[in-house]
Amino acid sequence: MAILVDEDTRVLVQGITGKEGAFHTRQMISYGTKVVAGVTPGRGGKKIEGVPVFNTVEEAIEKTGANASVIFVPAPFAPDAIFEAADAGIKVIVCITEGIPTLDMVKVKRYLKDKPHVTLIGPNCPGLIAPGVRCKMGIMPGHIHVPGPIGVVSRSGTLTYEIDYQLTCSGLGQSTCIGIGGDAILGSNFIDILRLFNEDEETRGVVLVGEIGGTAEQEAARYIKNHFRKPVVAFIAGRTAPKDKRMGHAGAIISGGQDTAEEKIKALREEGIFIAEDLGTLGKTVKDVMRL
Amino acid sequence: MKIHEYQAKEIFSKFGIPVPPSRLATTVEEARDGAVELGMPVAIKAQIQAGGRGKAGGVKLANNLKEVEDIAKGLLGRPLITHQTGAQGKIVQKLLIEKALEIKQEFYVGLTIDRSKNCPVMMVSTAGGMEIEDIAKERPELIFKQFIDPLFGILPYQARSLCFKLGVKDVGEVSKLFFALYKIFVQYDCSLAEINPLILTEDEKFFALDAKLNFDDSGLYRHPEIKEMLDPSQLDPLEYEASKYRLNYVRLDGDVGIMVNGAGLAMATMDVIKLSGARPANFLDVGGGANVEMISKGFEILLSDKNVRLIFINIFGGILRCDTLAKGLIEAAKRVKIDVPILIRLEGTNVEDGRKMLNESGLNFLVAKDIYEAAKKITEIQKT
Repeated sequence: MAILVDEDTRVLVQGITGKEGAFHTRQMISYGTKVVAGVTPGRGGKKIEGVPVFNTVEEAIEKTGANASVIFVPAPFAPDAIFEAADAGIKVIVCITEGIPTLDMVKVKRYLKDKPHVTLIGPNCPGLIAPGVRCKMGIMPGHIHVPGPIGVVSRSGTLTYEIDYQLTCSGLGQSTCIGIGGDAILGSNFIDILRLFNEDEETRGVVLVGEIGGTAEQEAARYIKNHFRKPVVAFIAGRTAPKDKRMGHAGAIISGGQDTAEEKIKALREEGIFIAEDLGTLGKTVKDVMRL
Repeated sequence: MKIHEYQAKEIFSKFGIPVPPSRLATTVEEARDGAVELGMPVAIKAQIQAGGRGKAGGVKLANNLKEVEDIAKGLLGRPLITHQTGAQGKIVQKLLIEKALEIKQEFYVGLTIDRSKNCPVMMVSTAGGMEIEDIAKERPELIFKQFIDPLFGILPYQARSLCFKLGVKDVGEVSKLFFALYKIFVQYDCSLAEINPLILTEDEKFFALDAKLNFDDSGLYRHPEIKEMLDPSQLDPLEYEASKYRLNYVRLDGDVGIMVNGAGLAMATMDVIKLSGARPANFLDVGGGANVEMISKGFEILLSDKNVRLIFINIFGGILRCDTLAKGLIEAAKRVKIDVPILIRLEGTNVEDGRKMLNESGLNFLVAKDIYEAAKKITEIQKT
């Protein structure tokens, strides 16, 4: 089994009529994902890639039984799309959209506090892929993934593809790969995802991919030490990043003392977590450490 | 995005946060006239977008007009180097001439987003004038915080509680100031709003002696009036040029230029270069949706950095297809002279097309099949 999705996941695409939404709908379907509906307000009645489009999420659920949503709506309207999906009863929401203002996300987080049954992944993320159930809710290339025992949780996009591909080339398949996003305020953090991997029988080890900015890696380190029962290999990007310069991601900036790569690596090591230092040999390192 | 102190103080004034009387000057004459209007003594403050101005000699007190002229002459048109500017410093083009006040007490007041608690946090300290990171390191017991519910904003009791921690007498006045700062923070999508120091004068009045507002770039689309305040002279020219093409470029001090798609992979690529015994010259994330023009512009920017001795292009094609990348490089090569070796590693979407186009272009590229091989090649090239 994968985490968050399974054979019965019926995916809704919010923003399906946009350029990105339409392109990735096609990619998700060709990977094998059950995309059952799309929503674009005012465009109900159309079809995109054979998928029926509705005006509201509520109607899409009623007509198609959609139970998960992936959002490609532009940043100014994306928070509203999250509210709509959460209110309509969608349990797993993946928000791909980049550039949502931080204070908007602060409000979204506050709103979702009263809806503990909703899991939001992102924003500004590549989404998730579960090769074992052929379900992709996101924008990663599908063909570099194969089913297997490794869970991947990452703050990056293409760096995650690099790591997933190295795992595949080293003979290590993946249970679920999740990019939680590169922003300062995220729907789900490392710990939320690690909790799910902890309970997932298929997942036998986890690769955690962090970067500069914030202290989410330190918090994850404490959780792993106290609660996580499976081997973890961590990789932290940005050891050469300077202070006070934003490294692309809104959340990747060193401002205080704790948010450097070195501090994160130190914290993870102190809790006994293996650090992969060299990206070039990461796949092999994971294989050696996990003994899988 | 950052703005100058004088611009932040204009916003403060609009929202009712008291600031000392001041004049803006771009010439020595204007500085002198300003000082005459304000009356001596005055503080002369270099307007650059970096911290540490005081220690670097960018904030000085003048007791007479001769001193005003001398100080203004010494600062205007010259770079000011602080611990935050890098070795090249930042050029001083404007001075803020400010009425000097008699300070009885100094406080720190700051508002930012707490990433673990997912909400704004207001922080105050009696250690005014020090940088918050230094207070946190040296005197953490002097920092007092209130976490703010974004649905309700800062509550009256929270503002009061912070006043009592600071030991100020005029709780009503200072609470009002906290409310005003929160209002600015929310209204303009700030990532940081800081008064450091907030001063109490000998005649028991409060003033924001310094003002710092940083803005969330993602929120700028709804604040055109803030966007207009951008001062390109405070940015690295190559970084500014790159930003016009929606390229995420940060100049560093090494000699291996990089072009990568994705911020995480770009940072990891910088780290690979360091592990190979070389130093990255920049961070360049061309993003997921890069088109031929962006790739070609990015390549030109790398080539125009005179420190660059080798360029490493590391692309894991997802949304960005490898053939788009190849086309962009070939386009750029037609326009600019390439006199450094180019090492390319391509993987992912349409990789075969991309490799074929590069091979057939007649251009002299070095190719690595994965990051491991690329790292080895960088080490070899460094040695020669």
